[in-house]
Amino acid sequence: MAKKIISINKKRKTAENRTAPDVISRGAGKSWIYSDKVKEHFFSPKNFLQTGEENKFDFNGIGMVGSPACGDMMKFWVKIDPKTDRIKICKWQTFGCASAIASTSMLSVIVTEKGGMKIDDAMKIKPQDILKRLGGLPSNKIHCSVLGDKALRAAINDYFRKTGQYDRITTDGSKIVDEKLKITERDIEQAVIDGAKTMEDLQAMLKIGAEDQSCLPEAEQLLRFYRDKHGF
Amino acid sequence: MLKVKSHTIYFDYAATTPLDLEVKQEMDLVWEKYGNPSSLHSKGYEAKVALDSAREKIAKILGARMDEVIFTSGGTESDNLAIFGYARANKNKGNHIIVSAIEHHGVLEPAHQLEKEGFEVTYLPVDKDGIVDLKVFKKSLRPETILVSMMYANNEIGTIQPITEISKIIRNFCEVKSQMSNVKSSKSAMPILHTDACQAAGFLDLSVKNLGVDMMTINAGKIYGPKGVGLLYIKKGLQIEPMIYGGGQEFGLRAGTENLAGVIGFAKALELVQKNKEKESVRLLKLRDYLKERIANEIPKIKFNGDFKNRLPGNLNVSILDIEGESLVLYLDNAGICVSSGSACTSKSLEPSHVILALGEPHEVAHSSLRFSLGHYTTKEDIDYVMEVLPGIVRKLRSISPLR
Repeated sequence: MAKKIISINKKRKTAENRTAPDVISRGAGKSWIYSDKVKEHFFSPKNFLQTGEENKFDFNGIGMVGSPACGDMMKFWVKIDPKTDRIKICKWQTFGCASAIASTSMLSVIVTEKGGMKIDDAMKIKPQDILKRLGGLPSNKIHCSVLGDKALRAAINDYFRKTGQYDRITTDGSKIVDEKLKITERDIEQAVIDGAKTMEDLQAMLKIGAEDQSCLPEAEQLLRFYRDKHGF
Repeated sequence: MLKVKSHTIYFDYAATTPLDLEVKQEMDLVWEKYGNPSSLHSKGYEAKVALDSAREKIAKILGARMDEVIFTSGGTESDNLAIFGYARANKNKGNHIIVSAIEHHGVLEPAHQLEKEGFEVTYLPVDKDGIVDLKVFKKSLRPETILVSMMYANNEIGTIQPITEISKIIRNFCEVKSQMSNVKSSKSAMPILHTDACQAAGFLDLSVKNLGVDMMTINAGKIYGPKGVGLLYIKKGLQIEPMIYGGGQEFGLRAGTENLAGVIGFAKALELVQKNKEKESVRLLKLRDYLKERIANEIPKIKFNGDFKNRLPGNLNVSILDIEGESLVLYLDNAGICVSSGSACTSKSLEPSHVILALGEPHEVAHSSLRFSLGHYTTKEDIDYVMEVLPGIVRKLRSISPLR
């Protein structure tokens, strides 16, 4: 049974040039059980910002996504070395479930190991890169890890803004629809490909509009557009 | 790493209870009676006698007739049978249904489905303490109301609804109505009352006459009986459309060979909890209040959810702010403590508890809610152990959280 699902998953269309999707479809994940890696990062989280450390490290980028109302909120602090363009320090705080905490913890490890990741590479990190390192997540928890990479990109964008490198700011190459959660048109397209048929599906998968509902009419239009485009 | 689990401390009796040893012993004797109660031969008769004796035992506790007790596969099926069965069989009388906003999903989901079938449903709000307002209820009754479903005690916050008063309001409404239209009265709607008593069965009076209910759901898995068996009390004379058709078992209302061992265990379990309910309530109330007291004194930024006057003795629901419930549940589990949460992450729907939201609380309070439900095997030592580990877990998770 499980094999069948995987093979279907491999054949799925993706949003851009058949590269791997940002999010694995909800039916394709594993069971409810967390991997040992998830447990390790959940029970012994790495690199979280202790109270009072805000000024200790001379951070030059801060980014935040999510909200307490939607159940997940993540904040990243980064210290980027302007000479090498590498992330030297990455700290975070997360309000959320085990997947959310473990994926932010793992992400902070990924970007700071081996002398720190180049920020151009860090901007390209996708939830699936974090999932891989965590040994997967239960299918209904995958959405929790979507926010981590967004918060990191927000922090790096903040660094670009602070250092006047406006041309380097990216919004995943796509227009932002939900300003609060930094959800883009591309995120919506991928959700449609992953099976979103109604606004309820879209909200369950992306949490779009959970904080600021004013984006919902536009999101609904995009949902229709992408369903037409992909023939769903 | 925080304290690691030594043995399991169970604080989730409202989810389900362990099987009582006496109940198990009673069930152990049933397996010999493998006959089908519908068969004419001696093995069938033997099973039929056992089934009837269990039904009689339960009927006595409810103050009902034997043929008013319909065995099902559990609380959800009984709720479904009550809501669908009555609404569909009586839709010619009216199309309006009233359910409370804090019902179990076993009632809410059938109500949603009936909306799609053309029924109108009023989701009766509760006040900030989780109790329905009788005046609001009275006003929500309409000429075309056929069914009211109001849970006896809530599974998440333990609040007890004034079922007897609600029944009285319905009866008054019916009287006034029949005086006004005495000719057509048989055709027009006289709302009937269903209550989901699954959580209440271990603690409260179940006399259907005292309560004034027309249908009542109970299951065995919440009262130290086996999982997978429940019942629906249906007052004689009510029109019900079955959901499962077949060999006409359970007075034609629920086909399928009876779950004899389950039913026998159910009867024993109900007998035991009802016999011990006063003593057990006093014991649990003391423990619950002790836990409440200690949480209030030792953990800052918390909020207790639900009324404390009209409440099941074993239930405590507390929101530990700035922390997401699933994280707390898993940290506590790691320390050997089983509780549950109304957080979206612990549900399949990604929506947080509809019960906490119905109290008028914001989403974050629902995401942070934790339910302790105490029962037979809960001791003061268990609570002391919880309070040994909980404050440290809260401090740790709050230190990770960006909320202050």
